[in-house]
Amino acid sequence: MKRFIGFIKKEFYHIFRDKRSLFILFGMPIAQILLFGFAITNEINNVDIAVLDHSKDVTTQEIINKISASKYFTIETFIEREADIEAVFKKGKIKAVLNFEKDFGQHLITDGFATVQIITDATDPNTANTISNYTNAILQNYQQEMNKNVKLAYQIVPQTRMVYNPELKGVFMFVPGVMTIILMLVSAMMTSISISREKELGTMEILLVSPLKPLQVIIGKVVPYIFLSIINATVIVVMSIFIFRVPVNGSLFLLALESILFIITSLSLGILISTASATQQTAMMISLMGLMLPTILLSGFIFPITSMPLPLQVISNIIPAKWFIIILKGIMLKGVGISFLWKETLVLLGMTLFLIGLSAKKYKIRLE
Amino acid sequence: MLQINTVSITISNISKSYKKVNALTDISFEVKEGELFGLIGPDGAGKTTLFRILTTLLFADQGDATVAGYDVVKDYKQIRNSVGYMPGKFSLYQDMTVKENLNFFATIFGTTIEENYELIRDIYVQIEPFKKRRAGKLSGGMKQKLALCCALIHKPKVLFLDEPTTGVDPVSRKEFWEMLKRLQQKGITILVSTPYMDEAALCDRIAFIQEGKILEIDTPQAIVKHYPKPLYNVKANNMYALIQGLKAYEHHYSVYPFGEFVHYTDKRTDFDSSDLNAFLESQGLKDITIEPTAPTIEDTFMELAK
Repeated sequence: MKRFIGFIKKEFYHIFRDKRSLFILFGMPIAQILLFGFAITNEINNVDIAVLDHSKDVTTQEIINKISASKYFTIETFIEREADIEAVFKKGKIKAVLNFEKDFGQHLITDGFATVQIITDATDPNTANTISNYTNAILQNYQQEMNKNVKLAYQIVPQTRMVYNPELKGVFMFVPGVMTIILMLVSAMMTSISISREKELGTMEILLVSPLKPLQVIIGKVVPYIFLSIINATVIVVMSIFIFRVPVNGSLFLLALESILFIITSLSLGILISTASATQQTAMMISLMGLMLPTILLSGFIFPITSMPLPLQVISNIIPAKWFIIILKGIMLKGVGISFLWKETLVLLGMTLFLIGLSAKKYKIRLE
Repeated sequence: MLQINTVSITISNISKSYKKVNALTDISFEVKEGELFGLIGPDGAGKTTLFRILTTLLFADQGDATVAGYDVVKDYKQIRNSVGYMPGKFSLYQDMTVKENLNFFATIFGTTIEENYELIRDIYVQIEPFKKRRAGKLSGGMKQKLALCCALIHKPKVLFLDEPTTGVDPVSRKEFWEMLKRLQQKGITILVSTPYMDEAALCDRIAFIQEGKILEIDTPQAIVKHYPKPLYNVKANNMYALIQGLKAYEHHYSVYPFGEFVHYTDKRTDFDSSDLNAFLESQGLKDITIEPTAPTIEDTFMELAK
C-alpha cells in the first residue's frame, strides 16, 4: 500500500509540474463550456432581414411591425426593386428578404388571400430553415388575429408544448455534450499520454524491473485522474447551474455516480490506447482522432442520431458518450431516476468491464 | 561476504533475433557472485538485448538464463525484487528532484533511503548538494550517479549497468568506476557493459561481444596475452601519410592509429624494423621511430573482431 501511495504521489508531481497538462486539465473545460454556452448556439437572435414592399398598405405595415417587434429579427433595410434582392444577399449581412406582392392588403380582402415571398440565404441551411419557420409562425399568428371573429368551417388547432426545455435554450443541449467531451478528453487522453510517456522516456523499463505489479502501475496512473475528473465534472455542473441556469431536476447523487462510471469508462479507454502506442504523440493522435471525433459526431451531441443513416446509427451504439449523454439529459433535464436509466447505465458498465479486461490482457509485463 | 565460487548469473545458449537481425547467437557464460564482469563491444553488438533478457524484460528465442538462482522466465517476479537495473538511456523522472526520485524508488521497492543509506552514501554525498534540483537539469555525470543511487537503493544482489558511462566526462567516468569497485567489495555482483576499452581493464573478467557473438571471455590480464603477434608503436612526422605508408607496405598485417602512435603488426615472423624504416623514408616520412610495445585490450579486441 505504501508503494502504491508513493506511486500516486509521483503522478501528482508529474501533473502539477507540467504546465501543458495542467492547462488541458483545468483551462480547457472552462474555456469549452463558456464557448459552447455563449458563442456556439443554434438559436437565432436579431437576424438582419430586408423588406421589399410593393404594396405599402396598412396590412403590410402591421405585419412588418410585428416582425420587427420580435427579438428574432431586425429589419435592416427596405429595398425597392426585385433586382436589389440579389444585391443585398451578396453583401452578406442580410439573411432573409420578405417580398410583399403589389396590393397585398387589397387582395387579402377581395380575393381572400395574398402572397408574401420569404427568400432566405441558405448558405447555412439550418439558419435558413429556422428563419423561414419563425417568419411563418409570425405570419400565422397575424392571420389568426385577423380571423378572430370569423368562424372557419373546419379548423385544426395544434397546441405545441416544449417540455424539459420550454425556452428551447441551446445551452441545455450543449452542457451534457460538453461535459461528456471534457470528461472523455481529460480521462482518456491524459491517462494514455501519461502511460506512454513512461514508455517513451524509458522509465517504464525501470518500473517493470521493480516489484510493482502491472495492476498497481495502471491503477496508480488512473487514480489521480479519477480524482481530477471528478473536480472537473463538479466545476462544469456548478458553472452550468449558476451561469447558464441549466436545471438539475434529478438526483445530484445519481449524477455524481453516473459521472464517476463514465470517467472510469474513459480511463479504461485511455489505458487501452496506451497499450497500443509507444510515444506520447501517438497516444495523443489516437485519442484525438479515435475518440474525440466519434464522440462529437456520433454521440448525438450535435447531430441527432435518429436522423443518421442506419449504419451510423448502429455504430453510435458502441460510443460510450452516446449513453452518457442520454443519462445526463435524463437526470438534468427530465429529472428521472435510475429506474429509467438502468439500461444505459448497464451498457456503460458493461463497456467499462470489457475495456478494463481487454487492457489488462494487452498490458505487457515485458517490453515486447 | 565474498563468495567468489558461487555463480550469480548463468547464461546458456541464449539466442535472440528481431525480425531480420540476429541480436544474439548462442551466448553462454557465467558470472560469479561478487564479480565485476564487463561486457565489451561496439554499439549494436547485442549488449542491451542481453541485459533485457537477464532483467526479464525480453524473452530469449532459445536458451536459459538464471539470475541470483532464479530463472529469468519462470521466476521473473523474484528477479525483479532482487536486481538493480540501470538502462542505457537515462530513465529517471526528469521533472522530479534528486531527492524525490530517490524517495520514489526507495518506496516502490518497499524500503527507505535511511535503511540502505550506508550503501549509497559514497555516491549520494556527491549529489546531495543538488538534492532539490530536478533530475532533468543535472549534468551527465550527476545523472548517472543519481541513476546508480536509484538502482542501488533496495540493496540488490545483482546490479545491471547498461553503458553507464556513455556520454559522461572522463573525470566522472573514473569516479564512477571507483564507485563500482567499492560496491563490488560490498558483495554485489555487477554486470556492466561499455564500449570503452580502457574501462575493460578495471573489470575482474570481460567478455568481448560483437554481432551477437561472444569472441572471448577472460580476465583483462589474460586476454591481452591472447594477442598473437609482436606489436610495434610507429611514429612519424605526418600521421595520415604514416598510415597510408604502412598500409602500402607489402608485409603489413594490421595498422591501427592509437593515440600519437600507430599500432603495427607484420605478416612475417622475422620482422626487420630497419627495412620498414627504409620503406617509410622512401615514402617521404621523417622522424620515424619503431619500437615494440605491449598489446592493450583494444588491440586484442580489434584482432579478435577481424
